[in-house]
Amino acid sequence: MNTCPEQIVHYMHAYLDGDISRDEERLLKEHLDSCKECKEIMNGLTESIVFIGSAAKIKAPDSFVNGVMARLPKEKSQAGVQRWLRSHPFLAAAAMFLILMSATLFSSYGNDQQFAVTKQPNLVVEGQTVLVPAGEIVKGDIVVKNGTLRIEGEVDGNVTVIRGTKYMASTAIVTGKSEEIDKVFDWLWYKMKKTAKEVFSSSKGDMQDEE
Amino acid sequence: MDELINKRINEVLKGDQNAFEEVVTLFQHRLYQVCYRMLGNAQEAEDIAQEAFVRAYINIHTFDQKRKFSTWLFRIATNLCIDRIRKKKPDYYLDANVPGTDGLNMYSQIAASGELPEDEVERMELQERIHYEIGRLPDKYRSVIILRYIEELPLQEIGDILKLPLGTVKTRVHRGREALRKQIGNM
Repeated sequence: MNTCPEQIVHYMHAYLDGDISRDEERLLKEHLDSCKECKEIMNGLTESIVFIGSAAKIKAPDSFVNGVMARLPKEKSQAGVQRWLRSHPFLAAAAMFLILMSATLFSSYGNDQQFAVTKQPNLVVEGQTVLVPAGEIVKGDIVVKNGTLRIEGEVDGNVTVIRGTKYMASTAIVTGKSEEIDKVFDWLWYKMKKTAKEVFSSSKGDMQDEE
Repeated sequence: MDELINKRINEVLKGDQNAFEEVVTLFQHRLYQVCYRMLGNAQEAEDIAQEAFVRAYINIHTFDQKRKFSTWLFRIATNLCIDRIRKKKPDYYLDANVPGTDGLNMYSQIAASGELPEDEVERMELQERIHYEIGRLPDKYRSVIILRYIEELPLQEIGDILKLPLGTVKTRVHRGREALRKQIGNM
């Protein structure tokens, strides 16, 4: 084999790859007819190809497709949301408004832990207790936050107690509405009513914070 | 075929995940087969072939529809296989089995690049032996031989899949054939 031209092996592979010229193919055939060793190499290469080529076709397991689909990221729902947003811009805007609104309301609910009372001329404030003294008439609305309201006299207006307690003496008279708010939803509703009122008519209720 | 694939791809791009199912169905066997021959065992082949489809899905927007989808898909899969082979310890599956004693699946357990005693090799069934000899090929030659003689792809397409120049693909096919001839010369 040492005497064989180096080109012959190249010709063998060129032949197997199907890109050999006629002249080269003729040279190769002539050589293989005369050289037993090269003939053996050529046969070995051909056999290898036939051998590998006879490999059975392998099929993916039955569960394969479902397995792939289960592994895909859940982009479908995201796309669905996007599609919905695109086709309902007004609802999307309304939803966004509500989310932001409620965020503001809830954050103020949490922070609003201080005692506060509406300033009215003849109210008596002692610590966190607000007193409407007997015989007095308070003209206007009273709002008490985080405190106790004791009514012994008369209130000519609405009374609201937020997260607090209200005591009415037998002599007490409230001409307007009287309500106690201590749950988040009551409070939210109240806040929304108040906001709406402020928007549609200017309210006079001055809030005074006391440390 | 290409037209149908591109139609499905456009549907996937619009957010229709179900359109991808048809793409998977069409290519599952070819992709699985390549992974199986590259990696040598069924569990890893299923995992990597599925992963290849998932990657294809995620990166579908980067596929150039003027090109051949199968080439792009095979590239993802062969890259994943090559990464997996590199990470794998060479003796990972050797202690797990003795071929011939495992009647469940004749070639399920033969490790890629695992060497076995000659008498055991001689007792192998044809299909088992083919799988074993492919697995014994060096990685570089194994991928081109699988794509050339099992997938029966043209050399140019193999170059596109592996991102190799045509000359390099030819050299690897030649050396792969030489390696195979020497491996099975004593059959």
